[in-house]
Amino acid sequence: MSALHLKSDAKSRWRALLRVNPVFPVLILLMAGIAYYNPNFLEPAGLMNFLRRAAPLAVLTCGQLFVLITGGFDLSAGALVTLTVIGASLITMGDPAMAWPAIGVLYAIALAVGTANGLIVHRLKVPSIITTLGMLLFLNGTARAWSGGSPRGYLPENFRAFGRFVWHGVPGVQILPIAVLVLAAVVAVAAWLLHGTNFGKLALAIGDNARSAELAGVPVGPLRVAAFVLSSLSAVTAGILLGGFAGVSLGAGDGMDLEAIAAAVIGGTRLLGGRGTVAGALAGALTLYALFTLLNLLGLPQPVRESVQGVILIAAAAAAWRQRRQA
Amino acid sequence: MSDIAARPHLRTRPGLRLSATTVIAPLAAVAFVVTALATGEQAQLSWTGISGLLERMVALGIVSIGQTLVILAGSIDLSVAHLISVAAVLSSWVMQGDPGRILEAVAAVFAVCAVVGLVNGLLVARLAVNPLIATLGTGLILKGLLSTSFDNFAGAVAPQFQFFAYGSIGPLPISLLTLLILALAASLMLRRTVFGAHLYAVGGNAAGARLAGIRTERVVVAGHILCSLLAGVTGLYLAARLGSGAPWVGKDGLYDLESIAVAVIGGTFLTGGRGGVAGTLAGVFLFAVLDSAFTMIGIDPFFQQILRGVIVVAAVAAYTFRTKAHVG
Repeated sequence: MSALHLKSDAKSRWRALLRVNPVFPVLILLMAGIAYYNPNFLEPAGLMNFLRRAAPLAVLTCGQLFVLITGGFDLSAGALVTLTVIGASLITMGDPAMAWPAIGVLYAIALAVGTANGLIVHRLKVPSIITTLGMLLFLNGTARAWSGGSPRGYLPENFRAFGRFVWHGVPGVQILPIAVLVLAAVVAVAAWLLHGTNFGKLALAIGDNARSAELAGVPVGPLRVAAFVLSSLSAVTAGILLGGFAGVSLGAGDGMDLEAIAAAVIGGTRLLGGRGTVAGALAGALTLYALFTLLNLLGLPQPVRESVQGVILIAAAAAAWRQRRQA
Repeated sequence: MSDIAARPHLRTRPGLRLSATTVIAPLAAVAFVVTALATGEQAQLSWTGISGLLERMVALGIVSIGQTLVILAGSIDLSVAHLISVAAVLSSWVMQGDPGRILEAVAAVFAVCAVVGLVNGLLVARLAVNPLIATLGTGLILKGLLSTSFDNFAGAVAPQFQFFAYGSIGPLPISLLTLLILALAASLMLRRTVFGAHLYAVGGNAAGARLAGIRTERVVVAGHILCSLLAGVTGLYLAARLGSGAPWVGKDGLYDLESIAVAVIGGTFLTGGRGGVAGTLAGVFLFAVLDSAFTMIGIDPFFQQILRGVIVVAAVAAYTFRTKAHVG
């Protein structure tokens, strides 16, 4: 009898353990792995630099999360990141005085792109995969046509500062990159929107069952448009950060949308909507980036990173399903 | 999907979506003729021009047939682009220009494709991984494995093998004939066989199909294996056409996203259970006409891409906009 008791007790404890979002222990494990090869990593400066590098993907994931939980996909986010980098260099032409107007124009573009995506999905009922695929082609074509196929010009220093500038001698953390502040602000806003407002709850409700949400009086259309706009705004933000440390190229944002979706899934977001947290999405993005960093430290070439990313992605999705089934 | 009942034109036999095939294909054909006449390219209207136009359909067409099958079963396959690259590289690497090794190379390609399809199917059906994530994952794995081993054109196909891409029987190119035979076979399979009926049943209502005694897992796995094999045929065709395979031929052709786009343009529902091969071919035909018309008019390639984006969305919107239900 007692043995049986013990067994079921251990089983329930095991189940409770499984209910913890598995992304957190995985992230800790990966960071320990990085620290093993690079002891400086755990210094505050090392962590800050890691966060700075991971910031574009993390910001993009926070935006993508809103589209995912309402049951859609945004495959156009990576193309918008590219357009941001290209557009910034073409608008500013290296002139620091043009940095702020450029940022204004880029956010206006984001607003237009997100609204168009949302309205096409909601009004014309085109599945979001197809809508945002069309938008991806449109934005990539625009970036190429705008730059004439070979991007020239460069970004002024004050524009690049968002991704690159670092305050030194900050008490407690040694260094403080602007990118980390931007990331913190984005995460705070996203967490507030998703977990602290009705908007977040209604968005989750739409993802769970759009029809019943609508019957309950949820304004499905405006909310879905808002989700796509948030994703586009985050893509421009990610593009501005990326402009600080990556070059101006037509491939700047290639594949970042799929990486962001992967990060969100690793963080426990359910595809086709209804479930997801900002903390999980952030941890998923950091996990993916920590994985890239670790594979880099191990001296593995880029292609191997992709294979490992594929394996992790499948494992995370399968694990999430097992966890749900047992819960 | 209660709205379907109110739209009788969508209630057609499975395998033949009247709304897509009867509207898109003729419109595209008219657009092609008008463009050819307006730009003074009458040569395009000869049999050489038309068979050239139809040959543009082969690579995308073959893989899209497979994509249609998995979408009908309620799944999707994002790994086809990288699998096409793998097939193209593998075939030319194994052949190394030696006609004696054609059989070996083709067998190797089909074996690899069958395994990839099996893995995709098991991930989706057995482990219940979301198909987008599962096939995105296997695609990344394939891409990684391929680019660690090859970074440029690898080997060469045998000259005789290029007959697949350039040969013809009478006036009919072999490649086009292959596409037609595969499309016909897939269409017959969907409409006349038990397996075809099961594909629709599983995609339409997986739980219901299981209760009706259908082994849903096997159906999904078989669908994925067929899809991967067809991606392999596209890879072989590209290798034959280019004379050698390179690790980027699949991804650069956007075969993953475009095969999904043409299936949806052709009236196959992304939610599964509705659609067919004929509509998909109409979608592929539309893409071929666009390519060819853009070239005739002389639109610069960047603007072509912009227009393509608009047309993909517009073509789908043209018959989804009356839908009452919410889409994902």
